[in-house]
Amino acid sequence: MRTDRTRALRTVAIVAGLLVVSFVILGVQQFQNFLTLGAIYALVALGYTMVYGIIELINFAHGDVFMVGAFVSMWIMTVPLGLADRPINDPIQLTVVLLAVVIGTMVVMGLIGVIIERFAYRPLRHAPRLAPLITAIGVSFILQNIIQAIFSSSPIAVPQIFPRVKLDLLGGSIGVLNIFMVLVALLLMVALQLFVGRTRLGRAMRATAQDREAAELMGVDINQTIAITFFIAAALAGSAGVIQGLYFGSIQFNLGFFAGLFAFTAAVLGGIGNTTGAAVGGFIIAFIAVLAAQLGYSRWSEVAIFTVLILVLVFRPSGLLGQALGERA
Amino acid sequence: MTWWTRLRQFAGEHRSIAVLGGWVLVGALLPVLVLVPPFSTFQEQSLWLGGFANAGVFILLALGLNIVVGLAGLLDLGYAAFFAIGSYAYAFGASSFTGQHIPFWPMLIIGALAAATFGILLGAPTLRLRGDYLAIVTLGFGEIVPAIFLNADSLTRGTNGIGGVAQPELLGLKFDFSNPVPFYVTMVAILAIVMLFIYRLQASRLGRAWMAIREDELAAASSGINTVTTKLLAFALGASTAGLAGVFNASKLGIVTPDQFGFAVSFTVLAMVVLGGMGNVWGVAVGAFVLYEIQSVLLKQLNQFFHGLHVPVLENIDFVQYQFLLYGLALVGMMLLRPEGLFPSRRRQQELHAASEEIADVPPPTSAVAGE
Repeated sequence: MRTDRTRALRTVAIVAGLLVVSFVILGVQQFQNFLTLGAIYALVALGYTMVYGIIELINFAHGDVFMVGAFVSMWIMTVPLGLADRPINDPIQLTVVLLAVVIGTMVVMGLIGVIIERFAYRPLRHAPRLAPLITAIGVSFILQNIIQAIFSSSPIAVPQIFPRVKLDLLGGSIGVLNIFMVLVALLLMVALQLFVGRTRLGRAMRATAQDREAAELMGVDINQTIAITFFIAAALAGSAGVIQGLYFGSIQFNLGFFAGLFAFTAAVLGGIGNTTGAAVGGFIIAFIAVLAAQLGYSRWSEVAIFTVLILVLVFRPSGLLGQALGERA
Repeated sequence: MTWWTRLRQFAGEHRSIAVLGGWVLVGALLPVLVLVPPFSTFQEQSLWLGGFANAGVFILLALGLNIVVGLAGLLDLGYAAFFAIGSYAYAFGASSFTGQHIPFWPMLIIGALAAATFGILLGAPTLRLRGDYLAIVTLGFGEIVPAIFLNADSLTRGTNGIGGVAQPELLGLKFDFSNPVPFYVTMVAILAIVMLFIYRLQASRLGRAWMAIREDELAAASSGINTVTTKLLAFALGASTAGLAGVFNASKLGIVTPDQFGFAVSFTVLAMVVLGGMGNVWGVAVGAFVLYEIQSVLLKQLNQFFHGLHVPVLENIDFVQYQFLLYGLALVGMMLLRPEGLFPSRRRQQELHAASEEIADVPPPTSAVAGE
């Protein structure tokens, strides 16, 4: 109990410290970019970390699942909801629309995640480790090409339905959209923690992650548990896709590659298998990216992030918060 | 068929002569084969030969990656980085941009050594990591290297790349773009030598150590194999082959740009190795050749063919555009249905099938050294 509390305290301290430091260094305007980007990377990183935690697979296609999520949310906005590219000013209507888009995207993406797991990864569960990893790379290219075939390879505009209202806060103006995005991300992360920590299915997930055979002997339905993990991972990536579309305004079939790698770096940085770590890692990676852009080195940001990845893997492969890894690394 | 069995027996006993003879035979037959319909209808002979030289670059890459992935079982997703290092090494050593004029032949060795050096620099700290972590580290490295060449524009001219890269010269014969034959012959010679080398390696103590690590790293380590050095050698030798390919490719194209070395290259080469049959040298070479010809010739022919049919939907499909979809489907399909590849090595086949049938419930081996 005591270690739990110190761990939680340490996490809170890290997060608070990170926020204060980044706010001081970046200033208000860049701080909101950092928050939004961090929310995206954190949500995607959670998927990597959950899937790795449960079946020890680096789901290489996860970045592309996120990309598909952005396209699905764009499709939901334009086709079934028939939204035009103009802000919705009525708060109630806006809330309903956003809820529909977020939930719709998450459900569709969750199902896609389950389908991918069922047909591409499950048959290889007992194969040598190289096999599912190569399959995941294949799935990544298949997803990219399907989206390219449907939506073309040029950037696609996402309807900007969110009014561009800004609030004067902390000595600068912060977009309501940014606040909304960060709140959505935080809400989902808290929900995930509660789900994993407090529910029966969450306990089944933790048991499966710890020891698959023992969990199976205790009556846990392994196939169902793994399918649920993929559902949640893909749904979270879908919610990140919604944010990506709303925030950047246009999306392209290849956006998942780098976003996926950055998010994976975040997951490793936080300690793969550790959900809190993934969220913290997401914000650290976003901080590096935004800081590089602010200093005028934005084209070096990917080099910086991959260097971080390599350094972390070499010197501290269990990550910043990676106590969960101990038995597996 | 006694001459055939006798030939096979001879090939079995004299592997080196068989490999060299095989390449001489292939090298001599291909230029004749493309004069025969239907191949002669696709494009003229010189275009075919130039294409074969380019295919040779990919065969080299696939042979090199096969050492790393197929023999030693280490997944390298950033293999194009070493290709880039070889190419840029040659562009720095012999181009009008840098004003250096080191001849092609020593540069082949220098390019290979440069790539191997970076292979060791990357491998030394990372090869202790577990397989899938290694995959991601190499992927990151594969993105960093072209990004550095792209961003350091005072040295590399950024996106424009380094132009005016010199062509080889041999005994007074200057290679030039109008005549692909010298490039073709050089490539066949390089391939024959590299393949011979790999065959000898495979049968050596080192080759057996690679396969032992691939099959069970823990067992290999307990049998006294120094896993880190052995893996490092696989990495360095794989990288040096890519360096060779890079030097050749730079001299053949005459220009080196960062976008020649994206993830798509690493992915294509991986697809070639997997399809050909990881661990089988000839299988990998055939896989690389076939896949290259499919993407550079067949898909365009399909386009023209379907365009000529005037069938509403088929007419407008651009097969070249879906090349990577086909690779992706092929990778997934191969892994699910025939993980040993089209032309498997017998040993790898046993291994992959044993793994999915008999010892299915044994957890995957964890790295002995990274356990701490």
